[in-house]
Amino acid sequence: MTASVALGRRRSSERAPRGRRGRVETLSGWAFVTPATVIIGLFGAAPIIWSLVLSFTNDNGLSSTSAFIGVRNYKTLIHDPAVSQAMGHTLVYTALFVPGTMLVGLFLAVAMNRKIRFMWFYRTAAYATMAISTISEALVFIWLFDPSFGIVNYVFSLVGLPQQQFLNSPSIEALLVIVVMTIWGWSGFAVVIYLAALQGIPQDLVEAAAIDGAGRWETFRRITLPLLSPASLFLAVWLTINALQLFDEVYLSTRGGPLGATTVLVFYLWEQAFQNFNFGYASAVAYLLFLVILVVTAIQFRVGRRFTYYRS
Amino acid sequence: MTAATATKPTESVGVRARTTMAGRRSRLPFSPWHLVLIPATIVLLFPFVWLIVTSIETSSEALRFPPDLTPNVIRLQNYPDAFAAAPFGRFFLNSAIVAVTTVICNLVLCAAAGYAFARFRFLGRTALFIVMMATLMVPFQVTMIPQFIITKWVGVHLLAGAGIGHIGALIVPNAATAFGVFFLRQFFRTLPIEYEEAALVDGANRLSILWRIVLPLSAPALATLAALTFLDSWNNFLWPLIAINSTAASTLQLGLATFQGAHSTEWPLLMAGNVMSLAPMMVVFLIAQRYFVRSVAATGLTGI
Repeated sequence: MTASVALGRRRSSERAPRGRRGRVETLSGWAFVTPATVIIGLFGAAPIIWSLVLSFTNDNGLSSTSAFIGVRNYKTLIHDPAVSQAMGHTLVYTALFVPGTMLVGLFLAVAMNRKIRFMWFYRTAAYATMAISTISEALVFIWLFDPSFGIVNYVFSLVGLPQQQFLNSPSIEALLVIVVMTIWGWSGFAVVIYLAALQGIPQDLVEAAAIDGAGRWETFRRITLPLLSPASLFLAVWLTINALQLFDEVYLSTRGGPLGATTVLVFYLWEQAFQNFNFGYASAVAYLLFLVILVVTAIQFRVGRRFTYYRS
Repeated sequence: MTAATATKPTESVGVRARTTMAGRRSRLPFSPWHLVLIPATIVLLFPFVWLIVTSIETSSEALRFPPDLTPNVIRLQNYPDAFAAAPFGRFFLNSAIVAVTTVICNLVLCAAAGYAFARFRFLGRTALFIVMMATLMVPFQVTMIPQFIITKWVGVHLLAGAGIGHIGALIVPNAATAFGVFFLRQFFRTLPIEYEEAALVDGANRLSILWRIVLPLSAPALATLAALTFLDSWNNFLWPLIAINSTAASTLQLGLATFQGAHSTEWPLLMAGNVMSLAPMMVVFLIAQRYFVRSVAATGLTGI
């Protein structure tokens, strides 16, 4: 028993063993990791550097005309009105989508965290949104929000609201429709995460609060919410990373329009790379995207940790 | 003193609130939460319902305002029409081949690498692991341009079936993921090492230890990785959009997007195509719901 524990500890030590045994272990170790390493190295690691190198060139898909142009792409990027517009849309979208999805998920999970009849049905309805692809989701929603024949405009007319252009509107309205469809699409995911966290809350804590005279709302605010904070931080970071990478719904519903009203960073990047074949410039946009994601998630971690309560 | 006066009113409000809640509950023959959950479920399910309703309408009925909530004529012909307008069977087959192959490759390659990282001591292990984990931080969109160039090069110089335009291009770059390696390594490290040591003493080689002892103990982790990889592969859109340039090699998502582009106002036809595209995944999901939910919940628990 003690021997195996010692062995286990030694095994997990960082230094490789020396001598013949060590060579054998190194050889078999590399034999096990090589296939995965080749794939991840070729398609995951190498492109990170390559992308950076490309961003300093004027590569346009034909390697014969590619040349190093220093930081010129980055200089162009700073003054490109399309980039600042796309950045603005991306941040507005993220700022609306992330809290929206978290609130919807929290509300549904709290409502679904009880043993009442038909609960399996309610939960399945929420989970089903996880099984629908972004493309199918966007295709349904452009029909629901069709300005002429859509059911949403019909509901608007029933309750006396003016008819809307929705995805055809060059104002922020088009982006709002994309916010709504993606909140719907992610609600099942948020419910799963919050429901798992809710079920991990020890019931005696909640009961103790009730005995101490705390009302339902107070118990929720002071006991449940703090205990959910690790799940909230995870969701905030996860949803933000995905929100900053928004593409599919924009591609299917608006192609970035009308008049660029829904052009987000990744859509602009794709357009530059695979419609205009400005590989060099698009790589600079890609690195800008990477920087934005790093900065935003770093801020979330710093701020989030302060409000996150860990039981263990 | 002040504390006592401050708590008293809230306490009585709390008590009153609870008694009225209890009173209301006794009057209702069901939990009041149904009154919250039923409207919420209607909102969640409505897009699905409307999708199916539209898919069996005639075009003239779909293009009517105000819309009819129930179609007068049920036109199932939309489904064969959609099937004739685009090869949905081909799309489905491509998606299935890509997703299943990707899952198998990931299970094999990530298990082998994850096991070596978990249990072997070899030269360069730590450095390699750090580099691998660093790739996890970089989103796909940042690296997609070189990935496109590399895939094109692989197709021309190494393996034509893995080049741009072939479904192999959707499998090979995703055949192993840093997430899969990390996820399985973490799981393998939680397994008791004694079985493996006993087998090693008995003269079993590493590969058969992994195959006969470690993998059977890791069924839940493998199932989770399989479910997540399958969902990712099935729903992937951006990479197929870049890497595939023909209808014959399109996946369901790409095929559906192209179909939408070609029939943008024929709503019943589009919705019939949409139903056909999402039905297989929906069926798999409903059957294996427990697995999928557990897998998704696991991403939240292993994270931050």
